[in-house]
Amino acid sequence: METTAAPLNYLNNGHGLASWLLTRDHKRIALLYLWSITVFFFLGGFFALMIRLELLTPAADMVQPETYNKLFTMHGVVMVFFFLIPSIPAVLGNFLLPIMIGAKDLAFPRINLLSWYIYILGGMFTLVAAITGGVDTGWTFYAPYSTSASNSHVITAGVGIFITGFSSILTGLNFIVTTHRMRAPGMTWFRLPLFVWAHYATSLIMILGTPVIAITVLLVAVERGLHLGIFDPALGGDPVLFQHLFWFYSHPAVYIMILPAMGVVAELVQAFSRKNIFGYTFVAFSSLAIAIIGFLVWGHHLFVAGQSTYAGLVFSIISFFVAIPSAVKVFNWTATIYKGSVSWDSPMLYAFGFIGLFSIGGLTGLFLATLGMDIHMHDTYFIIAHFHYVMVGGAIFGYLGGMHYWWPKITGRMYPEGWARFAALNIFVGFNLTFFPQFIVGYLGMPRRYAMYAPEFQIYNVLSTAGATILGIGYLIPMDYFTWSLKYAPLAGDNPWGARGLEWEIPSPPPTENFTATPIVTEGTHQYAPSREVGIV
Amino acid sequence: MFTNFPFFPQQASEQAAQIDALYFFLIAVTGFFAVLIAVLVSVFAVKFHRRHGDEVGVAIHGSLALELLWTIIPLGICMVMFVWGAQVFFHMTRPPKGAMEIYVVGKQWMWKAQHRDGAREINELHVPIGRPVKLVMGSEDVIHSFFIPDFRVKADVIPGRYNTLWFTASKPGKYHIFCTQYCGTKHSAMIGTVTAMDPSDYQVWLSGGAGGGTMAENGAKLFADLSCNTCHLENGQGRGPVLKGLYGKQVLTTGGQIVTMDDAYIRESVLQPQAKVVSGFQPIMPTFQGLVTEEQLLQLIAYIKSLSEPTSSAGTGTPAPDATVKK
Repeated sequence: METTAAPLNYLNNGHGLASWLLTRDHKRIALLYLWSITVFFFLGGFFALMIRLELLTPAADMVQPETYNKLFTMHGVVMVFFFLIPSIPAVLGNFLLPIMIGAKDLAFPRINLLSWYIYILGGMFTLVAAITGGVDTGWTFYAPYSTSASNSHVITAGVGIFITGFSSILTGLNFIVTTHRMRAPGMTWFRLPLFVWAHYATSLIMILGTPVIAITVLLVAVERGLHLGIFDPALGGDPVLFQHLFWFYSHPAVYIMILPAMGVVAELVQAFSRKNIFGYTFVAFSSLAIAIIGFLVWGHHLFVAGQSTYAGLVFSIISFFVAIPSAVKVFNWTATIYKGSVSWDSPMLYAFGFIGLFSIGGLTGLFLATLGMDIHMHDTYFIIAHFHYVMVGGAIFGYLGGMHYWWPKITGRMYPEGWARFAALNIFVGFNLTFFPQFIVGYLGMPRRYAMYAPEFQIYNVLSTAGATILGIGYLIPMDYFTWSLKYAPLAGDNPWGARGLEWEIPSPPPTENFTATPIVTEGTHQYAPSREVGIV
Repeated sequence: MFTNFPFFPQQASEQAAQIDALYFFLIAVTGFFAVLIAVLVSVFAVKFHRRHGDEVGVAIHGSLALELLWTIIPLGICMVMFVWGAQVFFHMTRPPKGAMEIYVVGKQWMWKAQHRDGAREINELHVPIGRPVKLVMGSEDVIHSFFIPDFRVKADVIPGRYNTLWFTASKPGKYHIFCTQYCGTKHSAMIGTVTAMDPSDYQVWLSGGAGGGTMAENGAKLFADLSCNTCHLENGQGRGPVLKGLYGKQVLTTGGQIVTMDDAYIRESVLQPQAKVVSGFQPIMPTFQGLVTEEQLLQLIAYIKSLSEPTSSAGTGTPAPDATVKK
């Protein structure tokens, strides 16, 4: 039957809408996620652009404060829950995790498709909330503002987040079971690609943390709808309880966003240095350490909320502990490049960018973990700059680097490398110009979530807005050439980078069942040179 | 257009220099590591740039010594940051005894301040320099946060409880007050000005601004208006405990708990009288929830507090420091 001229692959194996909407192929589901998160990314980006335009001048002249508050809320909700959290796991993880361990699919293909539908349903609720008037609580939904004071569509947006959480939980379960049960013969735990380790750690956070945010938004809805006193002191509740519950999930959620990007960067650094990772076990276990310790630091969001001084001490010291595994990763990536055969292809440019920007994001996190320092910086633009260095400079650079690296595998086609390098540079410059001035204006005291601000802060906001414009253009370029490449770009071949790993041993695009015969694994990934121990130090 | 191009906020309080010292230390250390990583990555990327298409890297598997080195050194540096940060934090969260108290209420979208002598202001705060000032802050609605960047102080203002913040202003001038916890539509308009003045100027300002009695006097009037005095008799024969001399002391509740009679306990007893009843009394006090505003609550607290102060029961409430001013 399969004797047509074009080899059968997952893309041409079945046509029509139903073949996509009812697919159980992890690769097709990854593409369903790809277009849906892209839509949400540009929606969230549109909100960001509106925010930056408004902040060009100190007065609230382009939009009223009421609208501005909804813009930053929707920017946060869309970017966090509908782009960053699903981005790398649901697209690249979905596509690659089974292939990287030598499996034909995830353990539960139907549940995998269900996750996407749940994600879309949750997204619809959030879109309805946005279209019917928006939400103005901030993505943090702090009580009692969200439960008793806000007149916006809090419950609708909350339901969207509640529903989408189940998509995360199911994806996490699927990855964990797949990693445990579906590895090819010889694919031992310590031969797993670091991308898989990172996704395993991410999945642990997804299944352990997400139920807590689900409960928290449910409690907000209950207090708001039924006036049961949970968080509002006027009803006998405790508003600080909300912050504990919210950050118990939402701090680990930061690691849901960054760990997969760290997994991507580990792959990029090895493939484009043609060299196996330096200190494999340390990099692998640092992912688990981040996942576990990350659950114990939520109280650093409450240093000025009047929690006990001693609780503050404990959360501060644990926050420093969680910085260490991240530092270990950065040093190991750097050491991996040493004596490599380093290519400057566009995916590696994103990896270089990631290492630099994530380092700044991580190091500025130390300021905020330092108790006495956080008092001044809390809820200022310093925080905004810090977490955008981690979320954009980290997570989005990882995502874009990964997309460029695996695009030939996913689509079978190359993209124009010159444009890709130009876009990477553009994004790097635009990003830094947007967010670096915010460190300075934050220390000067400009609070976050301000539609109007003091005139002396304007220069930094003008710089930020200029940067955001460059950044926005930078995002549009890959959209353009990726779309173009689908039809017009040259074929990539099975392994355009000369990289090592199971995904590069199968055709591009891969056949539906990934492997015609179950692979037998005899060594770890990214073994380029004959193995020998080289001692340094 | 942009003549003003500041990099650092002014140092207008005695705390500011401590925070800035910590800030410069953090910048130096993190800057060193950021540059180190950037230089290493750049140098390696250039030096080991691929020379021909088939070239591969050298297989290096790792080094335990290096791993330990770059775990232990950062950990050690982090512990220095932790200890230094904790010291500053302890200093900043423990107001010195005898600090001048000012009561602040946050509500959507304004800051109201009451001085113990009775002066009241909205979105303004006048303080003397050179003297520790402690703000006792509550909220009428949602969570706010009181921030004076030039003093480097901030604390959340949370409904249902009192949070405190203290500073010693060091330089006369006007400085921003910002609300930093998002509180609704006009969050960014919930701003104000703190005016730090020479003590003599402050005294002049106080005498001009006060009207209608001190906080304690207003509290005493409320105490009578709300008929608190019908049960809390001074002779010990009343249905409620004697309040004179009780502030700051520990009391035993019917639940067997020992609680300190402080601002939070007075507040709770007015709003939820049944929560902690003093041992030996019946839970018969009605709630005053909805009958007193946050500002009135603070006046009642000031009055009850004044009953335990060595000066006259409804005195000015700002005893000692005035002496230094009048010299």
